[in-house]
Amino acid sequence: MERPLISVEGLARRFGDSAQPAVFEDIWFGVERGEFLCLIGHSGCGKTTILNVLAGLDRPSAGAVIVDNLEIDGPSLDRAVIFQGHALLPWLSVMGNIAFAVSSRWPKWDRTRVQDHARRFIELVGLKGAEGKKPSQLSGGMKQRVGIARALSIQPKMLLMDEPFSALDALTRGMLQDEVLRICADTNQTVFMITHDVDEAILLADKIVLMTNGPGAKIAEIVVNTMPRNERHRNDLHKHPQYYAIRNHLVEFLVNRSRAFDQEIAGGGYDPRRLKLVKPGLMSVKLAAVNPPAEVVTLTTGRRQ
Amino acid sequence: MAAFRNSLGLRAGLLSLLIFVGIVAFWQIATTPTAGTGPALDPEYAKLLGAAAASGTKSAMPTPADIGTTIWKHLVDPFYIRGSNDKGIGIQLAYSLGRVLLGFALAALVAVPLGFLIGMSPLIYRALDPFIQILKPVSPLAWMPLALYTIKDSAISSIFVIFICSVWPMLINTAFGVASVRREWLNVARTLEVGPFRTAFRVILPAAAPTIMTGMRISIGIAWLVIVAAEMLVGGTGIGYFVWNEWNNLSIANIVTAILLIGLVGLALDQGLAWLARLVTYPE
Ligand SMILES: Nc1ncnc2c1ncn2[C@@H]1O[C@H](COP(=O)(O)OP(=O)(O)OP(=O)(O)O)[C@@H](O)[C@H]1O
Ligand SMILES: [Mg+2]
Repeated sequence: MERPLISVEGLARRFGDSAQPAVFEDIWFGVERGEFLCLIGHSGCGKTTILNVLAGLDRPSAGAVIVDNLEIDGPSLDRAVIFQGHALLPWLSVMGNIAFAVSSRWPKWDRTRVQDHARRFIELVGLKGAEGKKPSQLSGGMKQRVGIARALSIQPKMLLMDEPFSALDALTRGMLQDEVLRICADTNQTVFMITHDVDEAILLADKIVLMTNGPGAKIAEIVVNTMPRNERHRNDLHKHPQYYAIRNHLVEFLVNRSRAFDQEIAGGGYDPRRLKLVKPGLMSVKLAAVNPPAEVVTLTTGRRQ
Repeated sequence: MAAFRNSLGLRAGLLSLLIFVGIVAFWQIATTPTAGTGPALDPEYAKLLGAAAASGTKSAMPTPADIGTTIWKHLVDPFYIRGSNDKGIGIQLAYSLGRVLLGFALAALVAVPLGFLIGMSPLIYRALDPFIQILKPVSPLAWMPLALYTIKDSAISSIFVIFICSVWPMLINTAFGVASVRREWLNVARTLEVGPFRTAFRVILPAAAPTIMTGMRISIGIAWLVIVAAEMLVGGTGIGYFVWNEWNNLSIANIVTAILLIGLVGLALDQGLAWLARLVTYPE
């Protein structure tokens, strides 16, 4: 069987001695090349811990992550990380922060080449003119952009993002989401992103991985976002015929199923190695065709006109 | 008038001036010779002070005017040399300053790399901790006999004493600064596959620099305190020796001048390092 670009195989992580319950256990999923995958779950369930293992910053207690058919055993420039806190170096300017990454990626480049390259990515995230500013002089949204520019500037094979937009106001978040979406589409990036935000997941992700509450967290299932990328627009996302079905499925999971998932699978049929791929978006369309509920009808007709 | 009331700096300056004038006036009154009725001295103390005081006509304590003339005398000719025991106050200060800077620089050369090691390795931290804990509270002057015995050179011994007293604050602060570098900054370096040396110089050093500079500032303050005592012990040259020598000459005016200059040089050293610290400090 061919492996996806990133393949998470039997991952478990426990902190402290083996008597402690694992944060998560027996985690299996994959990220295909060029795919945008979101991991969604409640605070403290172990999302950042999984990302740290993917980044090579942390080691799993069991299992492995295979990237490009090689087991990862440490951080790599191929996997750029956008951290939950922006993690800029406060003594360096915007240019300094990005140039540090660029010159780490290409140590032989001379200063002007490094700066030219860095400048391109500063402009890409719309920070032209702020090159000389220190992180403390930037707003939260600008800092996050620098973090994104730094990650993109090393032209990685994949991006790992830990709630990159959660600390931002709605307007800035929307703008940055659009930018990231555009950049990822242009460069066909493979992305693994953590989020709390259901709408953000529907807007950005091709697949949404649902994680149950810890300790002993599991991946419940994988939701396929059946809304095509070119039909997802932030401002009229809610008008898409599939939107409410997908959204309701995700919210239902976060509100009820994430807590009671162990009871749900008590009857059997759950195999962590062969997760169910669910497509709530398509369900709604079929249902709507047979027995149209009021809400969906107005939405679909509104769309068709 | 309103500007004056609003400016704290201006008012504080005026108050400082008033306090200064008050002190000088009190001093003047206390030291004005009162013919015949000299201070009733303890005979032991009078013997120690010598003829001038014992005669009772003039207090051994100089008046502010005496001090003024003495300071002026030193200021117009700070660098004269008239024999090995009679050198200008500028030369003596330069000796002390040289020793302090040399001892301090040597201490920095040892303390910063060692502090790095201690801060990065919990093993080395634990292994060295008992030594640091025991040696740190020892008065640096307690090392002097040992230094004199092993080094057999008084000038180098006093530099060693400066070294020993400035090493601890720098060592401890460097180790602390390095150990408390934010995990996420180190993770940034790791995900960029930055090597250990580049990480040390480009991430850890700038991150810990403000803490290291604080340690250096404490060190230079202690070193400047200790050098006076050390030079009083070993003699020969330096501002500490000068003070001791003037005590033997019973020249209180010279001693007061030296005290003022020691204070001023100490202030300058402290401000110099404070300025350096501001250069490496970053707001988060
Ligand atoms: N270094 C550590 N030592 C001990 N426990 C840890 C450590 N790091 C994380 N944990 C624990 O692991 C669990 C998962 O933490 P993690 O940071 O992965 O959560 P998260 O899903 O990212 O939460 P959030 O959404 O709030 O960021 C938490 O219960 C946390 O207490
Ligand atoms: Mg997290």
